[in-house]
Amino acid sequence: MDNFTVGVVVFPGSNCDRDVSWALEGCLGIKTKYLWHESSDLSDVEAIVLPGGFSYGDYLRCGAIARFSPLINALDDFVKSGKRVLGICNGFQILTESGFLPGALVANKNLNFICDDSELDIVSSKGGWFNNGDEKQTIKLPIAHGEGRYYCDSDTLKKLVDNELIALRYRNNPNGSSFDIAGITNEKGNVLGLMPHPERACDEAIGGTDGLHTLKSLITK
Amino acid sequence: MDEFAVKVFVRLRPSVLDPAGEATKSASIKLGAEGIKSLRIGKMIELKIEGNEENEVREKIDLLCDRLFTNTVIEDYEYSLKKL
Repeated sequence: MDNFTVGVVVFPGSNCDRDVSWALEGCLGIKTKYLWHESSDLSDVEAIVLPGGFSYGDYLRCGAIARFSPLINALDDFVKSGKRVLGICNGFQILTESGFLPGALVANKNLNFICDDSELDIVSSKGGWFNNGDEKQTIKLPIAHGEGRYYCDSDTLKKLVDNELIALRYRNNPNGSSFDIAGITNEKGNVLGLMPHPERACDEAIGGTDGLHTLKSLITK
Repeated sequence: MDEFAVKVFVRLRPSVLDPAGEATKSASIKLGAEGIKSLRIGKMIELKIEGNEENEVREKIDLLCDRLFTNTVIEDYEYSLKKL
């Protein structure tokens, strides 16, 4: 376990890569390695985080260009092997654009960039990303996004509900997301995408520790 | 080899709320323009592309539209193509 290394992907325009690395290493003692987006060698990392930011300037659509990077191409086999991938904010947008997760993220209903704390209900325990030992069913994580409104058609929504793929729902839907969705997993549960930032809630000194469990759960036996 | 001028129009699907369009509609009404029933904002992409035949070019444009220019979960597209 000491050698367990989490790869933190760096795209041109990523700006939460260092936050994620700080939270993993400084708060949890988990080793990290930055992975440049042009790399396709994922052999020495056991889990991957796609951090927040504005990859490729968010040109065309958020996450649309990042999808064509060598690293995202290599992610397919990584995910199929069952290893864990966490996409936060822009990382979630990249996961939907590249088809690892269904749906899409579009401009917030009120067109504002929302920077706030959000109360979130843990809906599914799939993948164990949020299943705290203390049975806490509501957590508080910061959000910071302009394009975080989750959208999917009604068939996809039904599939998400029926298969328990909705991980998190906003208590006070700030951006107009379908069904208050803040985060979803794939069917296997090894890929999680969410708009809130767990890496910004890993120390009491900055307002809370509700994000620790999610980062800790990157570690698998 | 011929050259073709292509204009791709990308639109949000009707089922997807367009808050930027709504805000612009509201501003249009404030400007005094009457009778605006709906206003939605899309994108237009212009490109020039070489190819031997129109069908071959259309295949490439379809690929670009389906895989890059649009996210078909939220957007539709159409395009016009003119031989230069």
